[in-house]
Amino acid sequence: MKRLLLLFLSMMKIGLFTFGGGYAMIPLLENEFVSKRGWIGDEEFFDMVAVAESTPGPIAVNMATYVGYRVGGVVGAILGTVGIVVPSFAVIFLISLVFRRFIAVAWVAAAFRGIRIAVVFLIFSAAWRLFKRLPKKPFPLTVFSLVTAAATVLSLLAVRFSSVWFILIGVGLGLAAYLFALLPRNRRGEGDK
Amino acid sequence: MILLRLFLTFLKIGSVAFGGGYVMIPLMRDECLTNGWLTEAELLDFIAVSESTPGPIAVNMATFVGSSQAGILGALVATLGVVLPSFCVILLVAAALRQLLRYRGVRAVLSGVRPVVVALILSTALTMFLSLTFGVGKIGDAPVFSLPGLSLFVFLCAIALLWRRLRRRPISPIFLILFSGLAGIVLFR
Repeated sequence: MKRLLLLFLSMMKIGLFTFGGGYAMIPLLENEFVSKRGWIGDEEFFDMVAVAESTPGPIAVNMATYVGYRVGGVVGAILGTVGIVVPSFAVIFLISLVFRRFIAVAWVAAAFRGIRIAVVFLIFSAAWRLFKRLPKKPFPLTVFSLVTAAATVLSLLAVRFSSVWFILIGVGLGLAAYLFALLPRNRRGEGDK
Repeated sequence: MILLRLFLTFLKIGSVAFGGGYVMIPLMRDECLTNGWLTEAELLDFIAVSESTPGPIAVNMATFVGSSQAGILGALVATLGVVLPSFCVILLVAAALRQLLRYRGVRAVLSGVRPVVVALILSTALTMFLSLTFGVGKIGDAPVFSLPGLSLFVFLCAIALLWRRLRRRPISPIFLILFSGLAGIVLFR
């Protein structure tokens, strides 16, 4: 019981003090639950990060659910997730109440015209960071170039084609490439582990 | 029924958002523009606020969009929607599929999804860049070139690069946002 309360409070603390989302949270979670409390082993923590990165959803939430489950089962998972979400929910909700009036002020509107440029820059740099981690092999690079071109052109033509479809196409292509490599006549070409 | 629409939309976004916060941006852009919930400029403002406040960007964006459409209930259902899929998947993995990443089928799916995700983020950045600095939202729009916008963008690239060289770690996004806010007041007043 005390452990669950501690879990909830730790998650709230981490949720309140990390700016910049998921990746900023990983060292804090590590410090709190691996180094300080020893509730989770080192190696297991790295596995958790890998799973959190490879499943859908925000990495921070995935980590909180996983850590919570390991500490206190399903109840722990719920407490961990709620704990990490509550602080940002409260902060953003309060901001959203006043935001429209705030942005109507002339100098604030001018500031946000500058800030939008910074946001576009941040999105570019996120794309660059993720791109550097892609394996530089023909298959991922081809998929990457085709989807970038298709998504940009469709958007400029004002054709509505949800990004969800592109992701599902990615799922299909990944599976197709895998099955293709399994075909008997390609078996010899299957070098990767 | 706006609450149900919000919940289902964010449930859909939460289920396919592989790779964390930034993937949410192309997904939310599609949904918010299609549903007429936000304009491109409002979306960028919301992203800026989500970046500069604590917590995961995806959760912040969901709360923000939900609240702007339907108050506190909207914020609740949107946040619940975006969190629920990952909660269920992780619970399943933690309880039963600890070896999930060792399955070759799972790795194959991820190998197809990852490049798509990077491409979507890049393409969103490109279209947003075109509409902000050249005023081109779609083909056929008469270009309205914004010199202050473009110079600010080039300047941000320069300080980010310089910072990386000198400090050997990426520059803080909050610093960039604050700096551009000040620059905006000077350039656009």
